[in-house]
Amino acid sequence: MNVARQNRLNTFAAHGALILYTVIALFPVFVIVINSFKTRKAIFREPLALPHADSFSLIGYETVLKQGDFVLYFQNSMIVTVGSLFFILLFGAMAAFALAEYRFKGNTLMGLYLALGIMIPIRIGTVAILEMMVQTGLVNTLWALILVYTAQGLPLAVFILSEFMRQVSDDLKNAGRIDGLSEYRIFFRLVLPLVRPAMATVAVFNMIPIWNDLWFPLILAPSEEVKTLTLGSQVFIGQFVTDWNAVLSALSLAILPVMALYVVFSRQLIRGITSGAVK
Amino acid sequence: MTALTLTNLCKSFGSVEVLKNINLTVEDGEFVVFVGPSGCGKSTLLRVIAGLEDASSGTVDIGGTVVNTVPPAKRGIAMVFQSYALYPHLSVRDNMALGLKQEKQPKSVIDERVGKAIEMLDLGAYVDRQPADLSGGQRQRVAIGRAIVREPKLFLFDEPLSNLDAALRMNTRIEIAELHRTLSASMIYVTHDQTEAMTLADKIVVLRDGRVEQVGSPMELYNNPANQFVAGFLGSPAMNFLKKAPLNIPKDGALGLRPEHLRPTKGGRIKGAVTHVERLGGDTNLLVATEGQEALTVRIFGQDDTRVGAEIELDFDDSAAFLFDAQQQRVRCAT
Repeated sequence: MNVARQNRLNTFAAHGALILYTVIALFPVFVIVINSFKTRKAIFREPLALPHADSFSLIGYETVLKQGDFVLYFQNSMIVTVGSLFFILLFGAMAAFALAEYRFKGNTLMGLYLALGIMIPIRIGTVAILEMMVQTGLVNTLWALILVYTAQGLPLAVFILSEFMRQVSDDLKNAGRIDGLSEYRIFFRLVLPLVRPAMATVAVFNMIPIWNDLWFPLILAPSEEVKTLTLGSQVFIGQFVTDWNAVLSALSLAILPVMALYVVFSRQLIRGITSGAVK
Repeated sequence: MTALTLTNLCKSFGSVEVLKNINLTVEDGEFVVFVGPSGCGKSTLLRVIAGLEDASSGTVDIGGTVVNTVPPAKRGIAMVFQSYALYPHLSVRDNMALGLKQEKQPKSVIDERVGKAIEMLDLGAYVDRQPADLSGGQRQRVAIGRAIVREPKLFLFDEPLSNLDAALRMNTRIEIAELHRTLSASMIYVTHDQTEAMTLADKIVVLRDGRVEQVGSPMELYNNPANQFVAGFLGSPAMNFLKKAPLNIPKDGALGLRPEHLRPTKGGRIKGAVTHVERLGGDTNLLVATEGQEALTVRIFGQDDTRVGAEIELDFDDSAAFLFDAQQQRVRCAT
């Protein structure tokens, strides 16, 4: 930091606030993770203590791995999340490019129509969606979830990406046109790399809700072979008895893949727009 | 052969007319500069010629073919942009080669042409660098190289020097002039800077509000402007216009005097006080407020020790004066 603008007190206060927020934000996660490594008794007797020799136990993880097919659930969740993100980003970026780049009649109206989905929650249409899925025979398939999540994510994606696409230099796109690049190559080779940070933002915004969603998997794909991780974890939560070891272990495991995805995307967020194209 | 012919060209965005009935020819090997204040439609005109915008009516004819419906890549043009517009993910060499690859030229032709351009523009040390690792001047040279390798019938430059600093701008200006001599290609150059226009052009096209005001060689326009706008736009410092003049001027008209045609003379016809002095070393600009409270610029060659606040009397040759009528048109039979 610039020495001339540095102020010890300000630096201290800023770091203090950030550390405090980090502690508050991470505390629940921390409690879940430490308790997943403890015996059932220890969880209830000393919920905040770290696991030690007496209380350490892997019983939760053992249950999770034995009961049900957790590897399959993981795989399902992963397929649904990655698949939905892929379609959201692909179609969202394409629609955004068209809205930002081409002047046509009804451009503004089309933009508003596409943004409408931000204000209307998709769950309102659950019954209709279920009927549609039944009639198209997509119930109990991962495609049902991917399609619904894609529909759910598109409005915000189009909204955010079209703003960013407008900022991409016209000169660059025109240079491509004069060099004879097709509109598709201009889109994929010139424009997409420049809006990568915005794509990463959209991906992160969409990823977490999709990964954590319980509603649509429960309604559209409840059968064993297409269960997602969140839905699969529910078997341990009963009306009268809850296997807390298993629940906490399943949750701890569920954090890992989404964290890995986040790390991938956040690198893009931080890297920022490739400079040097213009100015 | 003519490189470009525009016939009755109009362009409007919705109800806004940006170009109004433009007729223009560019001869083979000619360097034509479009100049005008911002918003006069010069860039739009260039984009219509390039095919990036469609003409609302009229025809664009490049090298003897009407190209109104031909896509930009097939018009036989190449364009250099103000913001360089290099492909950020490609090296210098690939930036130049991309257009040729799209044309499906054989590799030997691509290598030969790119090699020649790199040599011509002195970019040998940078061929494998990315645009992000180049300075502004180098980027602009790569952008020019990308245009050269396509061997177009017509070069289009869209304010290529605006992003460069003053020293570099002058060097690049000279390089572009040399390039024009070496390639003897037809070039169209858009700028708002009258110095660039005067120094580079074989023919200047002055545009205002989507209309061509005057076309001619730089000295023709300088010595014989058709109207007050052209007279005021070309030349630096700009021409002085006096409403209360010692000569017989048309009603509501103006008397135009170039700053270098005014000279301090005892008993001169214009009297005033010096309000500011700009000493440039080679010459000196005096800003004068006349008795009629009109502002004048006087350019004196060499150094001059006139002080701010001094009373001054100025005179001029009647043959160097321009007269304009109330519609700002030139009145030819001066005095």
